[in-house]
Amino acid sequence: MAANPMYQFNVYRIGPEIKINNIDISFTNASLFMVISSLAILIIFNLGTKRSIIPNKIQLLSELSYSFISKMISDTAGSKAKPYFSFIFSLFMFVLFCNMFGMIPYSFTVTSHIIVTFVLAAFIFIGVTIIGFIKHGLGYLKLFVPSGVPMVLLPLIVVIEIISYLSRPISLSVRLFANMMAGHTMMKVFGGFVVSLGIVGGWLPLGFSVALTGLEILVAFLQAYVFAILTCIYLNDALNLHH
Amino acid sequence: MLKKIIFQSLALSLIFTYSAQSAESGGMPQLNPEFWISQIFWLVLTFGLLFIILSKFILPKISNNLESRKSQILENIETADKQREDTEKKVKEFDKIINDTKVEAKNFFNSERQKVLDDINNKRLSLEKDIEKEIIKAEEEIDQLKKTSQEKVTKIAIETSSDLVKQLIGEDINKSSLSAIVEDLSKKEMEKHNGI
Repeated sequence: MAANPMYQFNVYRIGPEIKINNIDISFTNASLFMVISSLAILIIFNLGTKRSIIPNKIQLLSELSYSFISKMISDTAGSKAKPYFSFIFSLFMFVLFCNMFGMIPYSFTVTSHIIVTFVLAAFIFIGVTIIGFIKHGLGYLKLFVPSGVPMVLLPLIVVIEIISYLSRPISLSVRLFANMMAGHTMMKVFGGFVVSLGIVGGWLPLGFSVALTGLEILVAFLQAYVFAILTCIYLNDALNLHH
Repeated sequence: MLKKIIFQSLALSLIFTYSAQSAESGGMPQLNPEFWISQIFWLVLTFGLLFIILSKFILPKISNNLESRKSQILENIETADKQREDTEKKVKEFDKIINDTKVEAKNFFNSERQKVLDDINNKRLSLEKDIEKEIIKAEEEIDQLKKTSQEKVTKIAIETSSDLVKQLIGEDINKSSLSAIVEDLSKKEMEKHNGI
C-alpha cells in the first residue's frame, strides 16, 4: 500500500469527527501540519524579537527574513505596498514552512493539495481586485486595455487580458500545488525503486532520491518565493495602475 | 549487460507499482472533496491566527528592533565623529603646548648658558688679575732674592774663605783684600755661568 506514490497525499482524520451544521471540519493530518507550521513560525520569530543590539542567530534569521521580504515588496510593488507587508510576510512564511515540513519523511505536505493553494490564491485574487477597485474605482478596468495597441487589435487584446487576469488564481494555485505534488510523487517513486530493486540495483535510484531531495528543498523555497513575489506583482498592478 | 539488467528491473518495478496503484481506489487524493471543507476551515483558522499574531505582536517588534538599531548606529557614528573632532582639537592643543614648552626650554637653556658663561668669564678675569698680581709679586720677590742672594753668597764666601785661610795659615788676613779676591772670582764664575 505504501508503494503507491499518491498514498502520501491522503488526508485522514486525527481524533474525533467534528461536525458543525452537518459540515465536517474534523482535525486531519493536513490540519496538524498547518498548526505545526504556524507554531514553528510563531516560535522562531518570537524568539527573534529579543531586544539586543547585537543579534543572536535566531534574531539574525528573523531580521534577515524581515528585510528580505521587505526588500522584495518594495522592489516589486513600491512603497505603496507597505501596509500589506505583514500579509505577504505571513503568506511567504506559511507556504515556506508548509513546503519545508513536507520534506520530512512520513510528514504531510499541506501545499500539495489544490484546495489549500487555491483558497490562498483565490483570497489573494479577490483581495487584490477589491484593492484595485477601491484605489482606482472603475479606472481599474483600464488594466485590461494596454496602451499603444492598435484599435483593430483592441477587442482581441482585451479578451486575452481578461482571461489572463481571471486565470491568475488558477495559475498561482496550480503552480504551487503541481510543483509540490510532482516533486513528492517523484521522490516516492524513486524511493519505491530502491525498495523493489533491493541491494543490487537500488543504488542508482537511491542516488536519484538523494539528489531529488536537494532539488525539492530548493523547489520548496523557490515556490514559496514565487508565490509571494507573484502576489506582490498582482498587488503592484492594483496599487500602481500604469499599463 | 548490466544496463539490460537495470532496465529490466526498472520495467519490472514499474509494473509492480502500477499494479499496486490500480489496486487502490486510485486517482489523486487531492481531488477527493471529502476533507475540502475541513482543510479550508483549518487553513483559514491557522493562517488567520498566524497573520494576526505576526502582524500585531511579532513583526512590529522586529521592525522596532531594526529601527532602533539603525538609530543607535547613527547616534554612535555621530558621537564617534564628535569625539574624533575633540581628539583632533586636543591633539592640536597638545602639540601647541609641547612646542611652547620646547621654545621656553630653549630660551631658558640659552639664558642660563649665557649666565654661566658670563660667570665663568668674570671669574676667569678676576683670577687672571689675581694671577698677574701674584706673578708680579713673585717676580719682584725673585728680583729681590736675586739681588740679596748674590750679596749673601759673596758674604758667605768671604766668611768661609777667611775661616779657611785662618785655619790653614792660622792668621787673620785683611778682610778687604780677601773680599776683593772673592768678588773677582765670583764675577768670573757668574760670567762663566751666564755664558757672557
